[in-house]
Amino acid sequence: MKSGGSLSIWFFTGLCLGVTGALIFATGIYEIMSPPANKVVLYDLHANVWWGGVLLLSGLFFGIYFSPANERKRLGGKP
Amino acid sequence: MNLALLFFSSNTLVHLSAVDLVIIVFYFALVLGIGFYLKGQANTGEDFFMAGREMTAWVAGLAFLSANLGSLELMGWAGNSYRYGILAAHWYWIGAIPSMLFLALVMMPFYYVCKTHSVPGYLKLRFGVGAQTISSISFALMTVLMSGINMYAMAVVMKVVLGWNMDFSIWVSAGTVALYVALGGLRSAIFNEVLQFFLIWAGALLIPVLGLIEAGGWNGLQAKILQNLTELHMANPGSYTHLWSTLGNFNNNPMGINWAGIVFGLGAVIAMGYWTTDFLVVQRVLAAKDLRSAELAPIIGAAFKMCVPFIVILPGLLGLALLRDPHTGSLIRLVPADQAWSAAGQAQGLHGYDEVLPLMLARYCGPGLLGLGITALIAGFMSGMAGNVSAFTTVWTYDIYGALINKNASDESKVKMGRWVTIIGVVISIGTAYIAAGKPSIMDYVQSLFSFFIAPLFGTVLLGMLWKRATPAGGWTGLLAGTLSSVGMYAWVKLDPNAVRYVALSMDAQDQAQNMFRALWCCLICIIVTFVVSLLTKPKPDAELKDVVYGLTPIPKAENVGWLHSPYFWGAVVFVIFIVLQIIFW
Repeated sequence: MKSGGSLSIWFFTGLCLGVTGALIFATGIYEIMSPPANKVVLYDLHANVWWGGVLLLSGLFFGIYFSPANERKRLGGKP
Repeated sequence: MNLALLFFSSNTLVHLSAVDLVIIVFYFALVLGIGFYLKGQANTGEDFFMAGREMTAWVAGLAFLSANLGSLELMGWAGNSYRYGILAAHWYWIGAIPSMLFLALVMMPFYYVCKTHSVPGYLKLRFGVGAQTISSISFALMTVLMSGINMYAMAVVMKVVLGWNMDFSIWVSAGTVALYVALGGLRSAIFNEVLQFFLIWAGALLIPVLGLIEAGGWNGLQAKILQNLTELHMANPGSYTHLWSTLGNFNNNPMGINWAGIVFGLGAVIAMGYWTTDFLVVQRVLAAKDLRSAELAPIIGAAFKMCVPFIVILPGLLGLALLRDPHTGSLIRLVPADQAWSAAGQAQGLHGYDEVLPLMLARYCGPGLLGLGITALIAGFMSGMAGNVSAFTTVWTYDIYGALINKNASDESKVKMGRWVTIIGVVISIGTAYIAAGKPSIMDYVQSLFSFFIAPLFGTVLLGMLWKRATPAGGWTGLLAGTLSSVGMYAWVKLDPNAVRYVALSMDAQDQAQNMFRALWCCLICIIVTFVVSLLTKPKPDAELKDVVYGLTPIPKAENVGWLHSPYFWGAVVFVIFIVLQIIFW
């Protein structure tokens, strides 16, 4: 859905998921290199790495596919 | 003194790291940014109150569901599943799916074709100003009260879980919602609800996935619950994982309800009333760009609603199965909120039912994921509050201010009024939150009050849409009689607890069971009074009922859409999956 401006709601969704996913993924990698003293249950599954990765990839998909440049292309150059 | 200690306590259930705080702050910045970005797109009444009626089915459908997914919905129903077992899933399945499909395929055409701005607005077209006034005033009052009480409950949970100062939680979250709704109106609320929908799932989905891995799958979970409840000498330990098989008798299940209460009280009245007449959710669908999108939106919402028990009910069941004291190995037993949050409860380290979701979050989620999970809870609260505030603003502006106070108000003055009422509505909600803080028992009263208005309203709207003989006098007297009878039954049980056997048909009936039966009776009273009074009074001529009553409303046919785009096809798919789920968890 467009707002009437050039940014789609899906672009904002991608931005949110991408930034959050990147932060969680990076934290997960850091935890592997420097394991915490108090570990959560099932720590060995490294949920923050793979879940952060999933969110990051989803965010990149939404963010790029619904970016203002791609939206303009789909609308035939109209703003 | 450290300034941070004014806002954050160190004695908490979970401790946030720097990365968690960055995620939370980024979320707040983003929702405010969206509000400012959309400010210029909300200049007319149609833009501000109805989001320009240009939402696609997906956006309207996700916002429709998100407005219902408040944080108390998430934490409260996770707590209820800990308390009542899988019976709580009825509120997501039979208590939602049939009524959402009914809204989509039967009622939405009338709402959409008559171009009403609100449900009370529909009542005005159908029954006149009397029914509109009763409905709009009760809705506006209940919306701000509920919003404030939810805000208070959210602040209490944030205090217990995170150690956040309650004033800080209330003012920051309410101020953010007020700002982005006042700036961008319904469009901004819907935009953020879609964002919040994704955040809620992203933040909550890991708990059931990791929980099932730890419990050994569904079979392992069932076995552990049976073992733990037997150890605690709980009645009917095997009933916590069965949806229907224990509903033959009132005393065979933890809720004290039978199948009739669930099917008729919940499925046929409360759910139908909420999903088809509560303007908080219906407003999102009215913003759809065309009738087909408006019909598809609740079906998309229903498809996702069926999945919500995975992130809400399952964590509650996992809590029953897995929560043990890490030092002693003994089972952790959660208790009612008032007991847990009392000074004595806090001293003993007790946790309330509603804390089961944060407890499971803390169990599996380390830095980063914890921030995402807390953001999901905050997003849930904000989506629910934005839903309340935007619905309140529309009903106040069109059905109270525009209908009773200033009938000649211009479009521009309505938008101006809408922006101010958004702020005022939030301020009243904050006031209610502080009243609730001083008198916690008010929460129980007001939550019940809300159900007083929804069940009879469904009777009135349903008869209005499907029976052209229903008259204006029948409409408003039925609505009034249904509401008063519900209040009367509630007061009767409060004054004389033995009255439960008459109102809910069993002395075993718990709070939820009483709500179901009270709703059923008051809806029936509303229908009977409307029916009798209508037969005794003069009906409106057919010409005045065009576009608001079945049989007199030409429903536009969708243009050459294949079966893959047909709302009826997708409605049937959702219904079949719903039936299969009932059989699997029978």
